[in-house]
Amino acid sequence: MTNGGDTPSTGPIDGPVEPPPDERPLLPRHRRRPAMFEIGGSIRTHSFILISACVFLALLFVWWLLTSGTGMVKPLFLPPPDAVFNTLKEQVNNGELWADMRVSIYRILVGFAAASVLAIPIGVLIGTYRFWEASIEPLVDFVRYMPVVAFVPLTILWSGTSDLQKFEIIWIGTFFQQVLMIMDNTKRVPRDLVDFGRTLGMKDSGILGRIIIRSAAPGIWDSLRITLGWAWTWLVLAELVAATSGLGYRITTAQRFFDTELIIGYILVLGVLGLITDQVMKALGRRFFRYAESER
Amino acid sequence: MSSKLEIRGLGKTFKTRSGELKALEDVNFEIAENEFVSLVGTSGCGKSTLLNIVAGLDHPTEGGAWLDGEPITGPGRDRGMVFQTYTLLPWLNTRQNVEFALRGEDMTRAERRDAAIEQLELVGLSEFVDAYPSQLSGGMRQRVAIARALSYRPEVLLMDEPFGALDALTRRVMQELLTEVWERHRLTVLFITHDVEEAIYISDRVLVMKNRPGKIKEEVEIDLPRPRDFSMISGSHFAELSRQVLEPIHAESKQVVQAAE
Ligand SMILES: Nc1ncnc2c1ncn2[C@@H]1O[C@H](COP(=O)(O)OP(=O)(O)OP(=O)(O)O)[C@@H](O)[C@H]1O
Ligand SMILES: [Mg+2]
Repeated sequence: MTNGGDTPSTGPIDGPVEPPPDERPLLPRHRRRPAMFEIGGSIRTHSFILISACVFLALLFVWWLLTSGTGMVKPLFLPPPDAVFNTLKEQVNNGELWADMRVSIYRILVGFAAASVLAIPIGVLIGTYRFWEASIEPLVDFVRYMPVVAFVPLTILWSGTSDLQKFEIIWIGTFFQQVLMIMDNTKRVPRDLVDFGRTLGMKDSGILGRIIIRSAAPGIWDSLRITLGWAWTWLVLAELVAATSGLGYRITTAQRFFDTELIIGYILVLGVLGLITDQVMKALGRRFFRYAESER
Repeated sequence: MSSKLEIRGLGKTFKTRSGELKALEDVNFEIAENEFVSLVGTSGCGKSTLLNIVAGLDHPTEGGAWLDGEPITGPGRDRGMVFQTYTLLPWLNTRQNVEFALRGEDMTRAERRDAAIEQLELVGLSEFVDAYPSQLSGGMRQRVAIARALSYRPEVLLMDEPFGALDALTRRVMQELLTEVWERHRLTVLFITHDVEEAIYISDRVLVMKNRPGKIKEEVEIDLPRPRDFSMISGSHFAELSRQVLEPIHAESKQVVQAAE
């Protein structure tokens, strides 16, 4: 409406004409919700920590209420928080907790590393070349749907209750998932980035090493972080069934003596360990891929 | 005039699930050394397909393209390409992105670094040599891409709607910059766009492509004086040139509409 002609466009012609206000009316205040309640909104770090801490504390309170508070649940099924805490303290003092953690962490590191070291090159390869995709992807997909639990008896047959058997379970549980996830990360590398490399006259090996892997790296790191979380589950599964040490083993023995405090204490320890690994992986990822900061 | 780039009888047929799709048919044109030629046409008429074939990223099904009399069979450093999408490597800063293109050259590290900084100065980004792509605006990213493509001194620069994703004002700035750089350094350029005004403003010659199958329909010599400046756009000669370019496109879109009815 820039070509304002000779017809005045202000006010209705036969309606009541309002007197021109000599003071600008206050605009109605924009009703603002805190950004954290908006779709795609933002949140301050300290609010985030505060809110999540409150949820943890609330759960702790409900736990206390159900046990010591009202006595609704028998200690055999769910012991009160302080009993669990005392049991854990005892385990710390007699050194058992550290020994169990050390064994379990060692197993998870070896099993997970063995899976990742193989999964990364294979995933990148089948995400890059259709030939390798055709030869490997259906096979991996097939094995992936076999329940890991069903492999436990088989691995015991192969390797007894040794550490090797734990590595095998962790490996089976993570490797096949990793391959598919990393294939997907690799396929997401923009086609034009590859074409750009070709216009520079780069060889395929150069494009693979200097463009595709680098470009897929942040996604691959995320896939590793997610599968590391799953690896904890497979580790405990292996230790529950057949072990003579480790966090999962301690849980099984505790069950034999109806030591519910110890079971719950160790489950909580496993939760905390998982949380810590995830945060460490996230922090490392932020360090490695700092260049993408404003895009993430 | 000797022709630098020659396209003869070029055709491209894609095999798709629903049958064969003739994207290009009997395309013929030449570009002289240091000539700036634009290719305009409606969306989907095969511009990118043609450019990819010249870049060596795709192969024709008929005819071919020749550079300095040599048939083009694959990609090579004698041709530089600026893509429509942002193709900077996000893990490298601006300077390293340009250096990346110079890796194949016979240069020391310091020489490469100086060459990269010089190229970035050329496109007015000397203050952003340490910035990462994620910190740059779209226009700046394309300027880095241009600097990068020029850095290894290709014989021909190929540009596929490099300003297509930019807003109108940034586009203007980029057109002016590209024209300036080109007028100073001269290079053989094949530039793709669907913006007629842009094509006329920056080119020596505009090729108009027709749709389905893609074919050169019209050729308009742009005899505006150089150096160019934006005041020419409002001139009557510019309007006449626009009319010449638009007419065949217009006639065709009418045909397409009628055919659809
Ligand atoms: N790999 C392919 N397989 C099948 N058909 C294709 C392929 N690439 C392009 N086409 C088809 O060829 C035609 C030309 O495509 P092209 O991308 O060259 O058009 P364009 O002129 O660059 O369009 P735009 O202006 O939208 O970028 C289109 O109809 C497209 O669908
Ligand atoms: Mg295109």
